[in-house]
Amino acid sequence: MRAFLEGSKAIAEVVGLCKPGVISAYPITPQTHIVEELAQLIADGKLNSQFINVESEHSAASVVLGASATGVRVYTATSSQGLFLMAEVLFNIAGMRLPVVLTCANRAISAPINIWNDQQDSVSLRDSGWIQFYAENIQEAVDLHLIAYRLAEDKDVMLPVMVCIDGYILTHVIETVDLSEQEKINKFLPEYQPPYKLDVNNPLTLGFLADADYYTEARFAIQETHREMLKFIPQLFGDFSSIFGRNYNFVERYHLQDAQKVIVAMGSVCGTIKDVVDELRKKGKRVGLLKILCLRPFPYQEIYNALKDIPRIAVLDRALSLGSFAPLASEIKALFSGKKKAPKIVSSFIAGLGGRDITRENIKQIFRQLSQREISGKFIDLKPELLQAPLETKT
Amino acid sequence: MFGPIIAKAGSSRKNKTGSWRTELKPKFLQTNCIACKLCMLICPEGCIEGSEKNTFHSDYDYCKGCGNCASICPKQDIEMTPEE
Repeated sequence: MRAFLEGSKAIAEVVGLCKPGVISAYPITPQTHIVEELAQLIADGKLNSQFINVESEHSAASVVLGASATGVRVYTATSSQGLFLMAEVLFNIAGMRLPVVLTCANRAISAPINIWNDQQDSVSLRDSGWIQFYAENIQEAVDLHLIAYRLAEDKDVMLPVMVCIDGYILTHVIETVDLSEQEKINKFLPEYQPPYKLDVNNPLTLGFLADADYYTEARFAIQETHREMLKFIPQLFGDFSSIFGRNYNFVERYHLQDAQKVIVAMGSVCGTIKDVVDELRKKGKRVGLLKILCLRPFPYQEIYNALKDIPRIAVLDRALSLGSFAPLASEIKALFSGKKKAPKIVSSFIAGLGGRDITRENIKQIFRQLSQREISGKFIDLKPELLQAPLETKT
Repeated sequence: MFGPIIAKAGSSRKNKTGSWRTELKPKFLQTNCIACKLCMLICPEGCIEGSEKNTFHSDYDYCKGCGNCASICPKQDIEMTPEE
């Protein structure tokens, strides 16, 4: 069923079709429309689910943790500061191996306070044990939620999934989207059968104290499951494709075959980059894009195979690791360490922080700068006139 | 793969926390006991048992040697003695 929908509404519709038994969320821009729409679906009697209102994101995350532990499918969504307020609970959800699905409407982090898009919020939580997908457009955002539930609830996985969608750019834009039929969804996503749950007739303790004798193995098992998923997720993408006819992979290779210069990026900016690649290709420039769909588990091998023969790479980060290399750039560089085949140049660029547009001209600028020597952590579109010496005030 | 993330009920009994005990443990003399049960009630581990006079004793698998029982006994019928 094709529909012309706002991103948030499309996501709410598809989450509704997944029939979570418990939803809990706290409103925060730009996530609000998603949970508003879900609350409306429940109020209209179209979705049989409990929406639990809470006083903070910490509580929302705690509610879905508790509900998930009882063996019900759950959903929450947040952004930015809300995600950080959830952070303590999110690490627990992964540690307790609960299949929570969360939509992160990517937004910049305070301070300065800023409600617009970058990916600092979810990227900062890349070490939490959560699986992380980054959507390029609304169709992907919708499909990744279906994949998220199926993956999270697999009895060999049992890990939470964060579907990251660029705030405003995807949450508030209106696009044509194929909302899948309930029958197809039921075929792809069976009813959740929890391998363990809190049950008064079979008492269990989840989230117990594990001292030095036990802790390492609990954490190792998550690391190992992420490694196992590198084989499992492609099968799942295959299943998805056979039912819905849309193909996904850990990475998308866009005009890489003969490319001399390739940008590596995540999220909605990939759409802009594709347009620029098309334009430059028409002029005979051998350029391409490698889109990273899945940041966790980090698909080392897929990325290595895609980039090993490309002479020049530019990694475009929409987040920072203040005081070090940009987050995605450092991981891309790390995976080529000690390899015989590797790009000659892996440059790193930072753009699009706090909602500053990444324009076609910015993308062309990155391709142009790739002709020079390796560049590390170059800020695109920086305004030097706004920078000042310490303690100096402008009058 | 899963690590240790789930425990069946009652798992705390398997953890013999008496191994943490300080160098002293309570010795129940069982001579002047009046079965007031103060030792049983004050024990933070709940590991003292008994019913009749001169029947109270501590389960050393869980006793941590805090000495509360010896301190509260109105008949000085519990002594803190060094570990053998």
